Amino acid sequence: MRGLLTVPAHAVGDSSADDPVFEPSSSWRLHPQVAVRPEPFGALLYHFGTRKLSFLKNTTILAVIESLGDHADVASALAAAGVEADQQAPYLHALSVLVASNMLVPKESS
Amino acid sequence: MTSVAPVPRLIEQFERGLDAPICLTWELTYACNLACVHCLSSSGKRDPRELSTDQCKAIIDELERMQVFYVNIGGGEPTVRPDFWELVDYATAHHVGVKFSTNGVRITAEVAERLAASDYVDVQISLDGATADVNDAVRGAGSFDMAIRALENLAAAGFTDAKISVVVTRHNVGQLDDFKALADQYGATLRITRLRPSGRGADVWDELHPTSEQQIELYNWLVAKGDRVLTGDSFFHLSGLGAPGALSGLNMCGAGRVVCLIDPIGDVYACPFAIHDRFLAGNILSDTVDGSGGFDNVWKNSALFTELRKPQSAGACGSCGHYDACRGGCMAAKFFTGLPLDGPDPECVEGYGASALAGERDKPRPRDDHSRGKPVMLTLERPPAKPCNESPV
Repeated sequence: MRGLLTVPAHAVGDSSADDPVFEPSSSWRLHPQVAVRPEPFGALLYHFGTRKLSFLKNTTILAVIESLGDHADVASALAAAGVEADQQAPYLHALSVLVASNMLVPKESS
Repeated sequence: MTSVAPVPRLIEQFERGLDAPICLTWELTYACNLACVHCLSSSGKRDPRELSTDQCKAIIDELERMQVFYVNIGGGEPTVRPDFWELVDYATAHHVGVKFSTNGVRITAEVAERLAASDYVDVQISLDGATADVNDAVRGAGSFDMAIRALENLAAAGFTDAKISVVVTRHNVGQLDDFKALADQYGATLRITRLRPSGRGADVWDELHPTSEQQIELYNWLVAKGDRVLTGDSFFHLSGLGAPGALSGLNMCGAGRVVCLIDPIGDVYACPFAIHDRFLAGNILSDTVDGSGGFDNVWKNSALFTELRKPQSAGACGSCGHYDACRGGCMAAKFFTGLPLDGPDPECVEGYGASALAGERDKPRPRDDHSRGKPVMLTLERPPAKPCNESPV
């Protein structure tokens, strides 16, 4: 299947040792400088700090991201958005890409 | 992973238009201290109808409501507007990031300090040659030094990641590595975009646009070294030269779908390269539907944008194997070279544009010309006939 997320190539920054690594067992939230603009196909995410723009390509991944901070871990956020256990892989991948581009940050870092 | 509903290609979503533009260009003034031969907006003299400070602020309020995350501000030379910094501050305070294009005229050491202190302003310095001779032949005498001085001031002030913005021409396409080195020298990012036959560019496009051999050279350079180079996704007409996806970015024309232009008098055009009645969607000040007007109304309701968001005919390109890659190329490039909109791009990689250009064609003139006399390099300068013909600086 096609991905749930499009990140323009130039939007992926240099990774460094300090960058958090995506861990589904912990809790994540949107970076405070990220704005979400809902669109019929999903949403645009824009990070005012890094100037990175990403596209969420369906409304389920949008619902997951908007509720991530309310859940103790990723699995419960996915379940709450109605993602079945055997459908999780593309969602986990999309979330890991968003972590790598600093759109999502660990919840405890707030 | 068989049970997830298929996600339509993003490009198809975009072709139907979004609730607000992703990439909005706003030209604040037609006034400019330079007279570049290829100026896409035929700038020079200020237009007496240009928007007031309050009218500009009202537009920023609207962009904030529509969640237009950033605007690309240009002109003319936007920094010659007396309220330029006030508008930049107003925009960033209202969650509209600013990226502005300048020839560097106002980027003094003091201004550079101020810019370095701001989190939400990007600066793009225009440079069309990696050497003064190549640059100044297009942008005017002294313009290379002015741009370099601006870059030096920005670097000295600690402003990180300025952009060096290059329009690729027949004369500078061989300097791409030099531009990259120049960008590296100033801690800047290189941005290269396509020369369009828009504005005064219509008069020089035939002699300035890269040859077909140079297009291939450019394409290969982008694929090999373009990782850290911005393009505004403007070379999608070349994407048929290689494997799908080799050229990064959105390979489609976003005009009126995800892109548009607000001009200095509040006219909204489908894209920055299409300042002509044919691509005029409406006016922010004068157009209203059921009593509500503004930019939102033009973006959502204009007849032109509604039309552009419908499926477009591939026309003469329908049987070409590259159509999915280039999608017929650039509407403005076709229009201003006098080619049909449903035919090949003038720089079509299959060469169909070149043969079309060789035939009979009628090139439309730009809508308004704000030039101060003739562009600086095509003829010797004469004394201005009227005071307003002088440089606004």
